[in-house]
Amino acid sequence: MATLGHYTSKLTGPVAQSGQCLLFLMRMISSIRFSAAQVRSVLQQIYLIGARSLVIVMICGFFVGMVLSLQAINALEQFGASDQVSLLVVKSLFRELGPVLTALLFAGRAGTSVTAEIGLMKATNQIEAMELMAIDPIQIIALPRFIASLISLPLLTAMFNALAILGSVVFSIGVMDMDAGIFWSKLQTGIYFYKDFVGGMWKSLVFGGLVGLVAVFFGYTAKPTGAGVGTATTNTVVLSSVLILVFDFIMTSFFT
Amino acid sequence: MEQAKIIKTAIRIRDLVFRRGRNTILDGISMDIQQGSIVAFMGPSGVGKTTILRLISGQLKPDEGTIEVNGQMVSRMSDRELHRFRRNIGVLLQDGALFTDLTVFENIATPLREHTDLPEPLLRRLVMSKLNAVGLGGIEDLMPHELSGGMARRVAFARAVVLDPGIMLYDEPMTGLDPIAVSTIRTLMRETNDALGLTSIVVTHNVTQMSQLVDYCYIMASAKIAGEGPPQELNSSTEPGVNQFMNGKMEGPIPFHYQTPGTPWGLLD
Repeated sequence: MATLGHYTSKLTGPVAQSGQCLLFLMRMISSIRFSAAQVRSVLQQIYLIGARSLVIVMICGFFVGMVLSLQAINALEQFGASDQVSLLVVKSLFRELGPVLTALLFAGRAGTSVTAEIGLMKATNQIEAMELMAIDPIQIIALPRFIASLISLPLLTAMFNALAILGSVVFSIGVMDMDAGIFWSKLQTGIYFYKDFVGGMWKSLVFGGLVGLVAVFFGYTAKPTGAGVGTATTNTVVLSSVLILVFDFIMTSFFT
Repeated sequence: MEQAKIIKTAIRIRDLVFRRGRNTILDGISMDIQQGSIVAFMGPSGVGKTTILRLISGQLKPDEGTIEVNGQMVSRMSDRELHRFRRNIGVLLQDGALFTDLTVFENIATPLREHTDLPEPLLRRLVMSKLNAVGLGGIEDLMPHELSGGMARRVAFARAVVLDPGIMLYDEPMTGLDPIAVSTIRTLMRETNDALGLTSIVVTHNVTQMSQLVDYCYIMASAKIAGEGPPQELNSSTEPGVNQFMNGKMEGPIPFHYQTPGTPWGLLD
């Protein structure tokens, strides 16, 4: 009987946790107040989790652009279509690779730091102290980080895309001696602002919300011990990564 | 006459029962805590002292019984009522629980920013006056990790009293402090309590530190109140549980072994 109970709780656990996560989201949304203090707090978090992720996102973007161009030129040369490289690289960047890779990087860089920070605040009784001072920790701690994640990820994705294009330019034009005119003209004629760029930005907005929600939720519900915070941080990366890829497929299938 | 008694009683607890799973943590506790007094809950670790504080502050709900603070029934409050109620309560947690990413000034200013619309110059003056009151004027720009344990506890004390609460709850306020810091915190607690007319509850297991501070003590053992009275009376008590705790004896009714339901230990009682 005890074994049956154990397996039942293994099955129902994730469902219950999903419900708790949604309730947590509702609590965050209901605690939105347009005060100067909250705006200041969101801006501070945009700097901490967004601006400070810029370097890693830019470096990765640049090299992803280079390696994509390398592979694309190798593949397209076989069909005599290597002049299409910019089109292939930028379309795949705008639609898929930009939003997905930036979100995965963001989950690893910012999601983990948010979870660990909130988990540690819980372990050192700071969250409890806020509740006892009649201060809502969800409004003060969780909400600014969630909104900052929502705003930061699309901006980081745009930066990733820009640096990836630069990487592609450096490799295709600088290293492979492609004609710059052909490179840019293919982009002008083949890339559509709304269909390609904005479509990808919507995805990154959703990914920003997912990573932000998962990070604050796991931080807030972490066991107040060293091992508990460690597990919560790992869970943030694992679940964020899975959700990013699952939602990417769903959004691409249904909305593109 | 009856009305005068009600006004003087700040916290009234009746038949309080609290369980965690199958373990009964508090079993039928009743007490009246007079306004303006400093009261200590003492007892061995794990006996449920901190649980009482959490029940009084509304963090936990009792399974049975009632808790009334200044005429308000805490045990039946909604979340919104609890939020309002807690503005009148100051809590000093065991490790101070300062916000580690804020300066000392911002730590003390946080409750004021959240609950008042004071203009910045006035807010600054108020924070600095509290900081000076705990003898730490001039450290407002330091971060919590730059403070010693005693200083951090004093900053947390200043933060707890910044909204001038009516009730102060202390959870092991002197644990891990050197003797000078202990004396400082003890003096601050007494002077603040008397100057502002607060009612203070202190949870502790340190008998000697509390004897010099509190007006009244409750000794807890086995989920019940084993004894109560002014510290001087309890020191000379012949009641076995009280005597065992006050003198730090291993032998007595307070068990050394952790008791779990269903173990042979229950049969020995």
